[in-house]
Amino acid sequence: METVNIMIAGVGGQGTLLTSRILGGIAIQEGFDVKISEVHGMAQRGGSVVTYVRYGEKVAEPVVEEGCADVLIAFERLEAMRYAHFLKRDGVIICNNQRIDPMTVTTGKAAYPRHIIENLSKKYKVVSLDAMEEAKKLGNAKVFNTIIIGVAAKHMKFQKEKWEEVIKNTVPPKTIEINLKAFQTGYEWSK
Amino acid sequence: MSRQTIMLGNAAIARGAYEAGVKVSSAYPGTPSTEISENIAKYDEIYAEWAPNEKVAMEVAIGASKSGVRAVASMKHVGVNVAADPLYSVSYSGVNGGLVLIAADDPGLYSSQNEQDSRMVARAAVVPVLEPSDSEEARIFTKLAFDISEKYDTVVMVRSTTRLAHSQGIVNLEERMEIKDKPYIRDISKNVMMPGMAKKRHIIVEQMMNQLAKDASEMEINKTEYSDTSIGVITSGIPYQYVKEALPNASVLKLGLVHPLPKKLIQDFAAKVDKLYIVEELEPVIEEQVKSWGISCIGKEIFTIQGEYSANMIRQAVLGQTPEYASAAEVPARPPILCPGCPHRSVFSVLKKLKIHGAGDIGCYTLGAVEPLGVMDINVCMGASISTLHGMEMAKGKDFIKNWVALIGDSTFLHTGVNSLMNMVYNKATGTVMILDNSTTGMTGHQDHPATGKTLKGETTYAINIYQLCKAMGIEHVYEVDAFDIDELEKIIKRETAREDVSVIITKSPCALLKSFVPKGTCVVDTEKCRKCGMCMNSGCPAMSKTEDGTVKIDEVMCNGCGLCQKNCKFDAISLLPNQK
Repeated sequence: METVNIMIAGVGGQGTLLTSRILGGIAIQEGFDVKISEVHGMAQRGGSVVTYVRYGEKVAEPVVEEGCADVLIAFERLEAMRYAHFLKRDGVIICNNQRIDPMTVTTGKAAYPRHIIENLSKKYKVVSLDAMEEAKKLGNAKVFNTIIIGVAAKHMKFQKEKWEEVIKNTVPPKTIEINLKAFQTGYEWSK
Repeated sequence: MSRQTIMLGNAAIARGAYEAGVKVSSAYPGTPSTEISENIAKYDEIYAEWAPNEKVAMEVAIGASKSGVRAVASMKHVGVNVAADPLYSVSYSGVNGGLVLIAADDPGLYSSQNEQDSRMVARAAVVPVLEPSDSEEARIFTKLAFDISEKYDTVVMVRSTTRLAHSQGIVNLEERMEIKDKPYIRDISKNVMMPGMAKKRHIIVEQMMNQLAKDASEMEINKTEYSDTSIGVITSGIPYQYVKEALPNASVLKLGLVHPLPKKLIQDFAAKVDKLYIVEELEPVIEEQVKSWGISCIGKEIFTIQGEYSANMIRQAVLGQTPEYASAAEVPARPPILCPGCPHRSVFSVLKKLKIHGAGDIGCYTLGAVEPLGVMDINVCMGASISTLHGMEMAKGKDFIKNWVALIGDSTFLHTGVNSLMNMVYNKATGTVMILDNSTTGMTGHQDHPATGKTLKGETTYAINIYQLCKAMGIEHVYEVDAFDIDELEKIIKRETAREDVSVIITKSPCALLKSFVPKGTCVVDTEKCRKCGMCMNSGCPAMSKTEDGTVKIDEVMCNGCGLCQKNCKFDAISLLPNQK
């Protein structure tokens, strides 16, 4: 099979790292060769962050390059726009429809683009939802990223039970229950 | 027994050290090397510590090696500069137990102030270098480095880069080797580098390198993969992966040992391929040597000296193939920023109000250089803030630095700031030093240091008192103040910058990302009272944004309840709701 390329983009501190580890974890369980590339250090301080997960029979480079991504998971819509050109033509964007102003917007140097989701939908298959709102309904805003993973799981070929198993093994023990609930919310979400 | 798992490159290096029977590890945190030491610390069999700086770490490892056990020091590329002094000398005196330096370079500058290539340092210091290309090799090469170290009686560098350090790949775990402690033997001709001894050792070291260079052509980690011989590529490390991706049919000579180079192997390979390319990130270290042997090859003529490489880039440079993809959208940049509730923001907001310039240092607070704070004018390297401020004063007089302060973090102060402060006292300076004490090494991901009271292994220990340390240097004017008490801070900064004597202001407030940090509450805006003036947003808190109607909104999830915005609001429109989380 061809190597599957997944990108996770977001704002530093949103949990892109944990998400890439969950995705990588499930691919390993299925017996694939896996490489994950992460970002540590300065960029994690509120900057634009992207991590990569690649799996297949044999994976060489750990990064996904422009025009090669099968799935782009974005935790913020401006970040979806920033990295959309990494997608293949038939690539899928799964986007948390949230707005976090970068400092360039806050200080008035730049404007936050309008109609991002609408414009991306013209070129790519876009699944978007306000996962933050859904997470607040569950009582813990921090699990918005697990909701997004749930949505992404629908678009990938692994069994639901396997996802749940990996989530159990990856998240902090105290948060297993709420994370499984969040995953379920995302998995059932369809619009 | 072998079992498979997925590991970060840095965790795999740690695993390699563990399997090699390492007994002592010392390091100073620095991206992208930090997790090596953090992972080594998880093995009970290894004594692992944070040293105050890389020179100390290297020397600790040297001492352990000389005493007869396997030892490792790990650091980022710029840390190797700090450790250069012991490195350049231990390369002459050699080892007893195996001694390995892990140097983590940062092509692409993800979290560094320069893009230096540690292979150049190793060449100058006469130190062999191994370069792994994925997590499994990181484990194997680290282990092998100890064997080479003992066999050739030399310190060995394992060179990593950010992409290797922070990528995860599958590794096969092996058992820890049973390495017996070697006896310590007194031998001053080998271990005391006075000129007479060093002259003789220099000869031995060069002989050793010549021998290793000869042996290198037979080493398994230098391997040729012959395929289509119209294109041949010599490469190493992470760029090997890009080459495999971009040129799957090309013949490849993959170097595991990148210094010294296997001359015979390279000559043989070059003779068998039509067109030879050298693919190496950063400096043309391999290329220049190969060219010096009269072998024609293509390198930096078509490959950049800056940043990270990619398969797309190699395809374009070698095959002239431009991959098809949509052009990148023009979107507002999102540079890193200080977190909500960060104590540095509070200090910087006061400095900004007072129009004070900062001679800066390395840490999260370097972000104070950019808008909207813009209080830091200069930064050089770890510990340089205090000494650059001193240099300015000695050049232009005490009046020139009346509206300047040195800005340095607690960990950086203990790293190399202390010496600079001594210099100020000794040479009759009058400047003001601000130590931004957030009780941790923040930027690298919250590591302990000599003033936190915790060791790398998580044990409680004596915490050096920074206030008393400054006092002990004979500085009369040392003050501690809460970073969020902006009125008191303003008063002290005004008074101390005017004073014609050295003073130290220690701002004490913990990093908002520390696990022990408990937010006081959440700030909320009363939109009825908000006059849309934007004063509260001047300090650049990422939890704040303007709504369509111009009033300010505070994200309740991001807000850490520091209350700085509340203090800066003249219309009483912001209140702090206590204990919401």
